[in-house]
Amino acid sequence: MDGPTGASMTSYIEAIREALIEEMDRDPSVVLLGEDIGLYGGAFKLSAGLRDRFGAERVIDTPIAESAIVGAAVGAALAGLRPVAELQFIDFIANGYNQVVNMAAKLRPRFDQAVPLVLRGPSGGGVAAGPFHSQNVEVPFVHAGLTVVAPATAADAKGLLLAAIRSPDPVLYLEHKKLYRSIKEELPPGDPLVPIGKAALRRGGDDLAIITYGAMVHLALEAAARLEHEDEVDSSVLDLRTLHPLDTAAILERVQRCGRVVLLHEDGRTAGLAGELAALIAEQAFEYLDAPLLRVTAPDGPVPYAADLERSFLPQLEDLLAAARRLLEY
Amino acid sequence: MAHKVVMPQMGESIAEGTIVKWHKQVGDKVQRDETLFEISTDKVDAEIPSPASGVLAEIQVAEGQTVAVQTVVALIAQEGEKLERAAAPAPEPTGQAAKAEPQQEPAQQAESAQRRPERAQAQPAQETEQPSGVLSLEAARRQRSSPLVRRMAKEHGVDISGLQGSGIDGRVTKQDLLDYLERGPAPAAVPSAPQVARAGLEAKTEPMSVMRKKIAEHMVAARRTAAHVHSVFEVDFTAVAELRQRIKQEFEQRTGAKLTYLPFVIRAMCEALRELPVVGAHLDGDNVVYPGEVNVGMAVALDWGLIVPVIRQAERKSLAQIAATAKDLADRARAKKLKPEEVQGANISITNPGGYGDLFGLPIIPLGTSAILGMGSIQPRPAVVDGALAVRTRGHLALSYDHRLIDGAVAHAFMARIKTILENFEAHLVLSA
Repeated sequence: MDGPTGASMTSYIEAIREALIEEMDRDPSVVLLGEDIGLYGGAFKLSAGLRDRFGAERVIDTPIAESAIVGAAVGAALAGLRPVAELQFIDFIANGYNQVVNMAAKLRPRFDQAVPLVLRGPSGGGVAAGPFHSQNVEVPFVHAGLTVVAPATAADAKGLLLAAIRSPDPVLYLEHKKLYRSIKEELPPGDPLVPIGKAALRRGGDDLAIITYGAMVHLALEAAARLEHEDEVDSSVLDLRTLHPLDTAAILERVQRCGRVVLLHEDGRTAGLAGELAALIAEQAFEYLDAPLLRVTAPDGPVPYAADLERSFLPQLEDLLAAARRLLEY
Repeated sequence: MAHKVVMPQMGESIAEGTIVKWHKQVGDKVQRDETLFEISTDKVDAEIPSPASGVLAEIQVAEGQTVAVQTVVALIAQEGEKLERAAAPAPEPTGQAAKAEPQQEPAQQAESAQRRPERAQAQPAQETEQPSGVLSLEAARRQRSSPLVRRMAKEHGVDISGLQGSGIDGRVTKQDLLDYLERGPAPAAVPSAPQVARAGLEAKTEPMSVMRKKIAEHMVAARRTAAHVHSVFEVDFTAVAELRQRIKQEFEQRTGAKLTYLPFVIRAMCEALRELPVVGAHLDGDNVVYPGEVNVGMAVALDWGLIVPVIRQAERKSLAQIAATAKDLADRARAKKLKPEEVQGANISITNPGGYGDLFGLPIIPLGTSAILGMGSIQPRPAVVDGALAVRTRGHLALSYDHRLIDGAVAHAFMARIKTILENFEAHLVLSA
């Protein structure tokens, strides 16, 4: 399908695939490992044909053992490769937690040791996939000091993956499964690389700021359009893109400009990233707050399986609008 | 065991204090000696340091409330310690413009309530469960608005409690404040004269600040208590002026303080008190109390009022030490960094408004003391010296004294001694070194 300039549109999942192929072409040390990625082509067909193109030694099918996947990736990185390890659903990273947090995340701070690996996998819900296939896992890994990124657009999906693969340090790359085929963009010309640690202002506006990431960025943009149309309110949307390290300057700039902030994420409430953002803002931009910091999040607990239950669980447009309006009338 | 924070005693005769501002909120960590709260008493607006380290567990007296000294105003718990009367778990009902909010307005929430009960809400407010002494949510919104509005109001010198607010619970919003700044105070029933003609003379009524009320009460009580008599002497400061000229450069370099006439007068006063200690004594019931040292209360004018920090044991201090102490106290008074003990215990006072050029004033004797020396302006004046007209640097010193304790002859002897010392200062310095 062609886009507005006649160039072709790339879906989010295609953008990820493009990044992998380009890097594997460019750098022979880049290898892929994961469950069903080689012969099967991946649960979402993301790596279809790559085993034929790059060979079985660079597209490795692993056992169903995330501790082994991550552990082997750490070992490979230490041995000089640049592995991109897939968790078939990011929820399964729980089985590899020790390898991620106690190996991958600690070798640099402890021994100044580079571990150039990427852990990637489909995260998030909204596709009626149930509690073990719909989670947002960022918080414990942000807390462990791992670099964590969460692209919300196809351009960022490609650009952040390139940056992640090239980084000498381990990166947790959280792609959102709902966005795989539901968003398509014309990828911008020029260098596709997106720097880690920089947020993107998706929409400017001084009345209100919605700070968010991942699939929720699109919900925020929808809400902003509604607020403009129905309430004549000009709200801004800040896409964090990198969850750790946070782009603190961009966050504080929004708070100073707008004074009213909604912190939005699909992840559960308690100890979710919005808590960290609220603390940061309260510590560093207190005098600019004109209203309380409101969080819009899923409640605590497992993501429901049934589609209508899931809809009432994940943040919806009405929730975001209600929070925004509450702030505006404070 | 939680540490009790009490309203401090700011002066002997002071029985109560008003909490002006809490610098910490419930749940905050507090270090010992870190500023915990600000109070206003008779003469002092002071920042009070925390007596202990820990976590501020409870605020028992809210801003704006007045309590007797020694009343417990807050509790500081050890970190992790639980108090029996802990505040409600999730949101702290401290009344700060923070996260707690009342239950949803019915209109807006009708649709979403049935499907999504609480996801988009901040924690529900504890409307009915405020511990005593803490601002209610509505009061906090009206009085404290938001950090942004408070900051803007402060920058513009506006008291938001006088404004109509259009926000929740009558909160003054940023827009309310901006509108107010644009149009000025709402017109009163009185028809307004052209703005230009009334510049500086706007009719208005504003409530007295806590400090102003305390000053008012104190001044009336002081005048009513002591039998005020005044004695004015004219002193030739020429010798002191010459000495001051000679040493002031080096003095300033060495101490960082400017050398004014004040330390000279204080020194002279201390010397005179050695000979006539009754001037530094006070009445306590039927007794005359001699403190055995000279603690000089030094009046410092503030933008918002008046305060009298005390130079302790001035009789033991050199000129340089007196000057340095005076500067330090005055600086800290203006920065609201005086400690409670620093405004207590004066047994004689001095006030120097002479910078404005008055001849002399007749000050009120602070309660708990029996005398105060007022300095008039010190400037070149015509004088008769050895039968001829000369130009000398002269100024008036006015002693207000309590005739219940100090008789005229004593007061005059005291003043005469001060005059002699000042007019022969260098000789005096050498003799008393």
